[in-house]
Amino acid sequence: MYVAVKGGEAAIANAERLLAEKRRGDPAVPELSTAQIEQQLGLAVDRVMTEGSLYDRELAALALKQACGDQLEAVFLLRAFRTTLPRFGASEPIDTARMQVERRISATFKDLPGGQVLGPSFDYTHRLLDFSLLATGGEPPPPAPLGEAEPESMPHVLAMLDREGLIESEIDRRPDAPVPDITRDPMTFPADRAARLQGLARGDEGFLLALGYSVQRGYGRNHPFAGEIRFGAVEVEFVPEELGFAVSLGDVAVTECEMINQFKGSATEPPQFTRGYGLAFGHCERKTMAMALVDRALRARELGEEIDSPAQDEEFVLYHADNVEASGFVQHLKLPHYVDFQAELVLVRGMRRAAEAAAQRARPLAVAAGEE
Amino acid sequence: MNHTQTAAPSPGFADPVQDSQRAFRGLLDAIARPGTIVRLDAAVSAPAPLSAAAAAALLTLVDFETPLWIDGAAATPEVLAWIRFHCGAPITTEPAAARFALVTDTVAMPPLDAFCQGDDSYPDRSATLLVAVEGLEARNGFRLTGPGIEDEARLAVEGLPPGFIAAWGRNRAGFPCGVDLFLTCGDRVAALPRSTRLEV
Amino acid sequence: MDGYNFAYLDEQTKRMIRRAILKAVAIPGYQVPFASREMPLPYGWGTGGIQVTAAIIGLADTLKVIDQGADDTTNAVSIRRFFARTTGVATTERTADATIIQTRHRIPERSLRADQIIVFQVPIPEPLRWLEPRETETRKMHALSEYGAMHVKLYEDVARHGRIATAYDYPVMVGGRYLMRPSPIPKFDNPKLDRSPALQLFGAGREKRIYAVPPHTEVYSLDFEDHPFEVQKWEQACALCGAGDSFLDEVIVDDRGGRIFVCSDSDHCGERRAAGHVGAQPDALGQPADKVAP
Repeated sequence: MYVAVKGGEAAIANAERLLAEKRRGDPAVPELSTAQIEQQLGLAVDRVMTEGSLYDRELAALALKQACGDQLEAVFLLRAFRTTLPRFGASEPIDTARMQVERRISATFKDLPGGQVLGPSFDYTHRLLDFSLLATGGEPPPPAPLGEAEPESMPHVLAMLDREGLIESEIDRRPDAPVPDITRDPMTFPADRAARLQGLARGDEGFLLALGYSVQRGYGRNHPFAGEIRFGAVEVEFVPEELGFAVSLGDVAVTECEMINQFKGSATEPPQFTRGYGLAFGHCERKTMAMALVDRALRARELGEEIDSPAQDEEFVLYHADNVEASGFVQHLKLPHYVDFQAELVLVRGMRRAAEAAAQRARPLAVAAGEE
Repeated sequence: MNHTQTAAPSPGFADPVQDSQRAFRGLLDAIARPGTIVRLDAAVSAPAPLSAAAAAALLTLVDFETPLWIDGAAATPEVLAWIRFHCGAPITTEPAAARFALVTDTVAMPPLDAFCQGDDSYPDRSATLLVAVEGLEARNGFRLTGPGIEDEARLAVEGLPPGFIAAWGRNRAGFPCGVDLFLTCGDRVAALPRSTRLEV
Repeated sequence: MDGYNFAYLDEQTKRMIRRAILKAVAIPGYQVPFASREMPLPYGWGTGGIQVTAAIIGLADTLKVIDQGADDTTNAVSIRRFFARTTGVATTERTADATIIQTRHRIPERSLRADQIIVFQVPIPEPLRWLEPRETETRKMHALSEYGAMHVKLYEDVARHGRIATAYDYPVMVGGRYLMRPSPIPKFDNPKLDRSPALQLFGAGREKRIYAVPPHTEVYSLDFEDHPFEVQKWEQACALCGAGDSFLDEVIVDDRGGRIFVCSDSDHCGERRAAGHVGAQPDALGQPADKVAP
């Protein structure tokens, strides 16, 4: 057992080779290409890009392949690569109102300019295993009929409420202040909303889902309505210092969720709806909805609400949302701890001896002698 | 960059990765053992009045994330161009806004407490000053005590402004807040972190 | 390693970490926040120590990496291999030959020298964290030097157990000002922190903090007049080298309760055996011959 802990270089190299073999699986089965992962496991790729904070479908697919499909491991791989990349500056804010919409729904209005566009969605599929997918090599599905969506005429639902003054305006209160970057500066508390949203966007989907769910069940309830969820491509623009005007870097696919939440008003503010916001790379509605619920919950302080639930506690949420940090620290318990454990053993044995000695002293001499 | 300049800035480190590592270890040694004089001897041809040690410290520590204050004597077009080119540091005219300060004329130097002191919650947010002095000897002179010093260290410094001892005493009294100093002289440097007590 | 900078980190990141290290040295025991980067090794596995080492290491250095006091534990091997690949610097298992020692959970038995730097891997840097989970609160407590809660906690131990029931990561005061966590070293190693001639750097990657103890700086392990600080002692000596004053690992050798004790510091044990010291069961672990050779 001593040898097992004291592994050494050869043991590590062998473990890597075993992993490579496991990854490949049965060689009689054709090897998976990253193009297949990118195309046919696209939602896995989207999650890895979002939580890996890097928009690169091919590298995310590679990470998934390398990680044998383990999403958190793939996120970690992408993050460790991202951290080595030089940065040239910050892009202009993307304008989701100009999105090439593939899907857009609102739960708050039956119909609205631009209409409801279901797009590709699991929502109304019956979750019956489709055994026809067991077979490969068949004909690709016939193309779906094109909708009549006109992206240009698809204003944000919340912008319409905003015009009526029914919802708080989303305005940048410090437009000239640099946007914080939580990957370049350690988070400090209280954190501003931009930093919080970055933390949530990188945050683990499962963690945010559970927190968002807890909000709905009454732990920091904020009466949410899904005002609008849209998914599609937006253009990313960058202003190079030497040019002084914006140039297009290309399109990225994003999902955006805008929640509408109740707010009763205060002494200074009339009753008005408030907002929660979620944004993620690719198609991740569950993630963006959970993110929007938690974003709104974290605004409790700013809106003068009582803070008594986990989702409202920014240190709790933001320190524990990152799955690369969490996964590393939970799993570091696998590392040897025998020095500290030995220190504890010495302590506990000493304390037990002291307790026994005290018990001996307390007992009549004859009984103690009889036990010897 | 200054477009009235015709000549390109003189070179920085020949091997930026290794030279800055060695310079950093020198600076680390200096601040970990106040009173110790270390040499930053990588070949750097910085424009006057930048000394070799001050230039090496700038190349090693300063970049676009660290606003830099430069005194009047050093703020020549050549020096500014050199710093912009090699460090990319934003130059500030406000001592209190600077993370680093370059002092080449100690007579005209702003008081130590004009620079950012940090605060009790974040004392690390204070400024680091690179101060050019005329002489630096690790014997006689000031008696230094504090963290990093076994018993006491001796450091003779020529060219500090009058009243420096009292000003340093106030800086020390503000611990954990306060500025940290690197005293540069040619290619040599010694450090006075805020934790060091100074006596004549 | 192709495609990566010397010591993996880019130069801008190194500058950022170097600035943090200088401030940490200037404010002994204070935890400097830094923009910790994702490393290719998991958080919690030494990323803070690795970033500190990467920021200080150069071609003239000789690196030693230990985990639990030993050079041949898997994580120590992995980290040493990482630096060998990314820097090409010399590595050693000999404490005496190292200029930088990165460690998890131990300080070598051999006294460190002024020309050595020891880098500790730190999981949780905040000494008050178990008493107060909130960073906003603990930061205030440090600002005000308000450490009464820690004394109360230790005193409660004394009241309940008759002694301070903390065996590792034992809290210390640095330079009389900052309460500091020495990382999960056994309290056996705490006296080595005090007035060490070597510079001691601490890196917590996941928690994004760097702190330092400069050479010759007082590091005081908290205690009470009637319950002075004391270190672990063993009734046994090392089975391999016979050392009676080193930190011992307990090794279970069979399933009938058989156990032996051996030095946790593998270099120290090897050096002693090479010098002719012999314990009661020198072959108990079938140590390879090269471990015994000088």
